[in-house]
Amino acid sequence: MDSTILTTVIMLGILAAILAAVLYMVAQRFKVVEDERIDGTESILPGANCGGCGYTGCRAFAEALVKTDDISVMFCPVGGNAAMTKIAEYLGKKVEAKDNEIAVVRCAGSCENRQRVNEFDGATSCAVMAATYSGDTNCSYGCLGKGDCVSVCNFGAIYINGETMLPEIDEDKCTACGSCTKACPKLIIELRKKGPKSRRIYVSCINKDKGAVARKACKVACIGCAACRKACTFESIVIENFLAYIDPNKCRLCRKCVEACPTESIIELNFPPRKPKVEIQEQKTDNASSEIEQNKIVL
Amino acid sequence: MIKTFNKGGVHPPENKISRNAALEQLIPEGIIQIFISQHIGAPAECIVAKGDKVKTGQLIAKANGFVSANVHSSVSGTVLGIENIADYQGIKKPAICIQVEGDEWEESIDRSTEINRDLSKTSEEILAKITEAGLVGLGGATFPTHVKLAVPKGKTAKAIIINGAECEPYLTSDYRVMLEHGEELLIGVQLLKKAVNVDKAYIGIETNKQDAIDSLKKTAVNYSGIEIVSLEPKYPQGGEKQLIKSITGIEVPDRALPIETGCIVSNICTTLAVYEAVQKNKPLFENSITVTGKNLKVQKNFIVRVGTPLSQLIKAIGGIPENTGKIISGGPMMGRAISNMEAPTMKGSGAIVFITDDEAKRGTKSNCIRCSKCVAACPMRLQPFLLYKLAERNMLEELKENSIHACIECGCCLYTCPANLPLVDYVRLGKTRAMKLIAKPK
Amino acid sequence: MNKLIISPSPHVHGKFSTKRLMRDVVIALLPALLVSFYFFGLGAVKVVGLSVISCVAFEYLIQRFLLKTAPSTNDLSAVVTGLILSLNLPSNLPWWIVIIGSLIAIGVGKMVFGGLGNNPFNPALVGRVFLLIARPVEMTTWPLPLTLVTPDATTGATPLAIVKEGLKNGLTIDQIKESSDYTFSYLDTLFGQIGGSLGEVSAVALLLGFAYLLVRKVITWHIPVSIFATVIVFSGILHFASPDRFIDPVFHLLTGGMILGAVYMATDYVTSPMTPKGMAVYGVGIGLLTILIRTFGSYPEGMSFAILFMNAIVPLINKYMKPKLFGEVK
Repeated sequence: MDSTILTTVIMLGILAAILAAVLYMVAQRFKVVEDERIDGTESILPGANCGGCGYTGCRAFAEALVKTDDISVMFCPVGGNAAMTKIAEYLGKKVEAKDNEIAVVRCAGSCENRQRVNEFDGATSCAVMAATYSGDTNCSYGCLGKGDCVSVCNFGAIYINGETMLPEIDEDKCTACGSCTKACPKLIIELRKKGPKSRRIYVSCINKDKGAVARKACKVACIGCAACRKACTFESIVIENFLAYIDPNKCRLCRKCVEACPTESIIELNFPPRKPKVEIQEQKTDNASSEIEQNKIVL
Repeated sequence: MIKTFNKGGVHPPENKISRNAALEQLIPEGIIQIFISQHIGAPAECIVAKGDKVKTGQLIAKANGFVSANVHSSVSGTVLGIENIADYQGIKKPAICIQVEGDEWEESIDRSTEINRDLSKTSEEILAKITEAGLVGLGGATFPTHVKLAVPKGKTAKAIIINGAECEPYLTSDYRVMLEHGEELLIGVQLLKKAVNVDKAYIGIETNKQDAIDSLKKTAVNYSGIEIVSLEPKYPQGGEKQLIKSITGIEVPDRALPIETGCIVSNICTTLAVYEAVQKNKPLFENSITVTGKNLKVQKNFIVRVGTPLSQLIKAIGGIPENTGKIISGGPMMGRAISNMEAPTMKGSGAIVFITDDEAKRGTKSNCIRCSKCVAACPMRLQPFLLYKLAERNMLEELKENSIHACIECGCCLYTCPANLPLVDYVRLGKTRAMKLIAKPK
Repeated sequence: MNKLIISPSPHVHGKFSTKRLMRDVVIALLPALLVSFYFFGLGAVKVVGLSVISCVAFEYLIQRFLLKTAPSTNDLSAVVTGLILSLNLPSNLPWWIVIIGSLIAIGVGKMVFGGLGNNPFNPALVGRVFLLIARPVEMTTWPLPLTLVTPDATTGATPLAIVKEGLKNGLTIDQIKESSDYTFSYLDTLFGQIGGSLGEVSAVALLLGFAYLLVRKVITWHIPVSIFATVIVFSGILHFASPDRFIDPVFHLLTGGMILGAVYMATDYVTSPMTPKGMAVYGVGIGLLTILIRTFGSYPEGMSFAILFMNAIVPLINKYMKPKLFGEVK
């Protein structure tokens, strides 16, 4: 009995020693020599592996950061300026501070605003739907609502509002990695400057049809009437293909364009509520609708 | 002997309810819209301007490069201009709008119904006429015919194969052409043979069209080198690669063009158009369209001018029935659902099929039970269940490894799937995405 | 008019649905069930009913309360699992063992992997093998079929067990066949006049179901035929090499769970390979392993273990046995 135990222990001991030696030799033989700084850089990065930097993951980005001399054009949207400054310090390179960005959904065609004219019955995927036809409304530019943007988001920052069937962005979670902007087949989502106190103004429409066509398809479509451009004192609004675009770098957040828009397609976010007079606003909408009539005639 | 391809394929209920409706002309009225790109390749270049008067058959847009096709006016009238018009799927494309004023044809077109049996034209003359007439494949792919007939250097054509399979359910326009224009068709085949210098032609017809087989066989006695081949009804028999396999027994090598096997495949309607273009000088401005559906009071096989608004076809069959759930352009296996009822017809439109609302919706999707029915049904012998999962996860490299390029998007996998998984939806998407990675082999 | 429906092609769908396929399997099992009711009486009805009801109930409860998803019990897959499990049990099994078997089959065999379509092993077999290992005595005490001659149920060994026992005691095959235990002819095994689990008794009833499944295109012939062929060839070689030690192929085919396993359990969609080539490899594997276990292992029956073992290899088979592409160039 004793000898059995003894033999077993010895045999296993010898086996273990041999295997350990083999393992050690293999590890030595196939050792990969890597720049230590890659590990260091990677540990500073947030580890989200979202691809927002343009590389396949945080490791690849860390490698690129170590190997490239001028890293000022490289940016980790998730870690933001804080992470980039830290990395620059660690690597002894220079970075430039970037504006914080956030994704915005440029479509307000909720079920109420945009009549559904047919029913899609294919795979639940915006990409499949976009490849099939122009969409389930008369607006061929608007959101399809199948949530491709939701499924690519690594941060759970985007979700489909069950009532409007439009994606909405959770400002606290969005890291501006840009996955959703690439996933959207209609290119509706845009990365925009987050703005001071998260305040920003944007045109929530990308319909390039003539005003009358766009308006017929959706109540809140941009009809390209240029009322916002007239109202803007900073020349930050351009109109191209019957569609207004507010340049975030020029916009001073004065909100005049929001008031001027006859179709309410310009959206302001996180501003304090406008106190003055409800009546005036109502009057405005009246004016607005007559303005639309005029536009219709012009177009 | 009845032939077919050996592996894969499905046989959906045929529903050829419009088979007894004779071809009839439908002359459009009002405004018609002719897309300047109705073919695969570069869009044609518009050569008319607003206010121009055009005649039926007049060239209005010129082919732009070799892989492109001429577009002719299908009516006589006044050009209203070029506008972006939504097609069947609501996607906007430039089209020439013409106000219809009567129906005055170009003088060069021979409008007599007399059959022209003159086969003295040379290969070059025939090809020139085909190019001139803006012929495209009318089976749905709309690939310019003159490009298809241009045999690449180093390859030799051995036979012409005419696709009379019409394997899609519901469709009957090819069948009607075979019955009513049999002899013209055979002359068209002879012209095609001459154009590419071959002396053998096969016409493959599924046995569910036995009367067409019989009548063509009778007429073919007078024409040498044409063999009528009976095919077992099976979808996708009309797929180019499947048809070649069925008739010659040879498989087109992976990633190669059908010419590798020495075969050039042409559609029935295209072949008739070849006859009309060469013998009658008539460019391609009208095509046959089956309008059918179980809930329609009348079943029709129309000859429709290109650019006729869909609404006029619908009017001709008495409006959309109340219980219509879906309207399809083309056959129910590969056709596309129509969302825009105002869209104009195109050269490639072969059918308008009405599906009742109880048949229109797909079943509820459930878990894949790995029954391998999709693998058995795939005529290209792919693994649709696997491609579906890879495409859903956007794994393009793996899709490439699993030969997604070979998918012909025939839809057999989804047709047979007991779990109603949107297999071909995702495979199609994955194919588009993966093909961007692969340099297109040609 | 309602809104028009838009979807990518194809716009028609074939006749198959998961429910229809499962219903066909149930129908195919009916002859075997009826035969088992006839031979084993009320005990068989009890085991079958209990097993089916508890499988469906467990699936419903797990989906509803543990996974909190919409229960999919109406696709009948749990019914099939319950039926196949019960066909693998002796008719005198205590009720609580049947329920435990169902719980293991549905809970451990199927639901932990994500439900229908995701389980690597055949759920019914997981349940059966669990019971075989946990309660070996109850699981291997089979009642002999009720007949007009002996209306009272008695227990006895299955033909496979008789042979195994005999060989262990040093008898030759011929001696076993002459012994008093060996009271049946091949005709009896065809029609079910032998002891065993509910479903391993009547070859004819099972083959009837097989024919139905083939006609309805529920399964293809690849797996069962390759299993049968392998069994015939392999056990045939053994038999001719040494007729005293190895029993003939017909015996192997007709006894035990051979037909039940090959037709109904090895062909389980989820746990079998996807391509005809793969199915052939899988079938050969099962055939070889079954005969190996039956002749050289300590268990008299090897079908369940063979199928479970090959289930584990299916992902590998799927990886290497891909169909040959149309026009593939080497």
